[in-house]
Amino acid sequence: MLTTKTHKTLAVALATVTFLTAATTADDKRLSIYSSVATYTLPVIDRLGREYVSLLEVLEPLGRVSAHAEGQHWKMRFNNTDSDFVAGKTRIKIRGRDFTLTAPFLIDNSRGLVPINSLSALLPAFLGNPINFHEPARRLFIGDVSTQVTAQLDSSNPPRLVLNFTAPVNPTISTEPGGLRMLFAREPVVPPTNPSLTFDTAITQATFSESNGTADLTVAASVPLMASFSNNGRTITVVAISSGSPAASTSPDAGPPPSAAENQTTSSTPQPSPPAKRILAIVDPAHGGTERGAALTEGLEEKTVTLGFARLLRHELERQGFAVILLRNGDDTLTLDQRAGSANSAHAAIYVSLHAAAEGTGARIYTSLLPIASADKGPFHAWNAAQAPALPLSQSAAAAIISEMQKHQFSARGYSASLRPLNNLLMPALAVELAPGPNGLSDLPSANYQQKAAAAIADGIASLRDRLGAQP
Amino acid sequence: MIPRHLTLGVAVMLVIVLSMGIYLRQMRRSASQMQRLADDARPIAPPASGPTETVTLYVADDATGALRPQSAQIPLPGGRQQRAEELLRALLRVYQQSDSPHPLAPAADIRSIYLIAPGAAVIDLNTPFADQHRSSILGEQLTVNSLVETLAANVPGITRVKILVDGNSRETLAGHADLSEFFDVTTVAQTLAQGAQ
Repeated sequence: MLTTKTHKTLAVALATVTFLTAATTADDKRLSIYSSVATYTLPVIDRLGREYVSLLEVLEPLGRVSAHAEGQHWKMRFNNTDSDFVAGKTRIKIRGRDFTLTAPFLIDNSRGLVPINSLSALLPAFLGNPINFHEPARRLFIGDVSTQVTAQLDSSNPPRLVLNFTAPVNPTISTEPGGLRMLFAREPVVPPTNPSLTFDTAITQATFSESNGTADLTVAASVPLMASFSNNGRTITVVAISSGSPAASTSPDAGPPPSAAENQTTSSTPQPSPPAKRILAIVDPAHGGTERGAALTEGLEEKTVTLGFARLLRHELERQGFAVILLRNGDDTLTLDQRAGSANSAHAAIYVSLHAAAEGTGARIYTSLLPIASADKGPFHAWNAAQAPALPLSQSAAAAIISEMQKHQFSARGYSASLRPLNNLLMPALAVELAPGPNGLSDLPSANYQQKAAAAIADGIASLRDRLGAQP
Repeated sequence: MIPRHLTLGVAVMLVIVLSMGIYLRQMRRSASQMQRLADDARPIAPPASGPTETVTLYVADDATGALRPQSAQIPLPGGRQQRAEELLRALLRVYQQSDSPHPLAPAADIRSIYLIAPGAAVIDLNTPFADQHRSSILGEQLTVNSLVETLAANVPGITRVKILVDGNSRETLAGHADLSEFFDVTTVAQTLAQGAQ
């Protein structure tokens, strides 16, 4: 007969496999949300032949949110707005007012799922702000956050296409035979009035499109192309390169050359670049369920802050090309052994545990302070010192994160701590303890503050990508 | 006209009621004081006796996130185990002062220290020490490091330290610092030295 503990272990293993399968699916459906406090991407889930999204994940970065299930009812509070959903029903209540969803509300692993095409009606009721939802492309703009783009062709020899943006952009630029493609994963770039322009030069066409949470600007040409940034990232100049043309040897921009950091240049090559290897990272929001962690303020528990912070870190790591597993994506109770077991069985390249504290400022990065090790038994590592072989790389990762945080004017310092489950992990492992920022305790639940920290952590981990990828 | 005997009777009754009220108030005050004493979980340790010696306490500082050595003169008894207990109680007194750089609960105490061969020490904390400890990785780890370092620096021969709470093994001090294993004195000292650089 299976015990409760066995059930829990099996459930965690099953969840891990599910997460892994989801993480490695190349064509994941995604919803991108752009707001003044955070830009983030969420997975879209197919249920009952429709597209659903977790409402908690949609609202988490935008304010204080909590939810609990009572039988078939799922009650959620966002800032001061109470709402009541019923599993399997389309009728819901927000602030006591009735709303109708386009498909039944679903509860999946304690997460409340709403049909994605109901967001246009739902979100203004919670946020009090107008939203602009590009539904077919799954791009959602909250408030006035859009970045406009205009294109202007200079037909001189060689021809160049100047793209001006109303805010700095940093797209991923790739080259394909006969063209150049800019992918805007995080920028709220909206389609221009005329999304497709045709030219009668070596640059033949510029087409703007958006799909699956991203915007895409493709420039077609009969010759190879090169792109350069200027005007602090607000201008991208695409120039045609032909053999012997001046553009091949000189900067396409008039005036002084931009700085190295500002001037990223990409030229087209006939061979498509090989796909980057996806590295698996585990993000573990510490505490959860009955284990609440520290009481940071009256009414704010550590487990709540770590979950929101973890979701933002997941987005940042995914943006860097990592596959990410969240060990907890709801208010679930997980033992330290379950966390260690899940991470080890996933054979992740790195593990990051997230904590929060009311004392101090900035962030503290911890690696394992190993206890006196039990003896290894043949091929089996001692459970209490399994981290020992990976500890040097853990310390390198901690140093890289501290360095990135300091670059972002974020106070950070490294420590060793006797903290489980770090000791039990076979892969590089560290813990981040987020402390208040310049605005004091109000920073801890702030999505803006958390995202700043998450971006620096992801940058630090990404800087070690090659070494992490070499892990077995 | 009110008869004289009735007036006297009412006056006597009023005096009795007033006296009983005063008596009741004193009884309640006394009961409240006894309850306060009963709620105080601090064990009454016998005063230490012995020659005064200079020891080095490793005091945690929340502001710097590090330990700083601090000399103290305390009377130390002859027995090795009693010396260890007095040493950590002296450390605890620093943390329980109003201007402490790393405040611990007033009811926190060291129940006992067991020195077991070879080189192992077991520190037994009382329940309020752990239950009323602030919950954070840094705060808890500083407490553990401070106890281990102070003990190892002043009681020769200790190479590993285990921390119990109320005589039992406990998973964490207050949700973070792992107490399930022995701490290696050398490893703790090395990490502190690295952190100080």
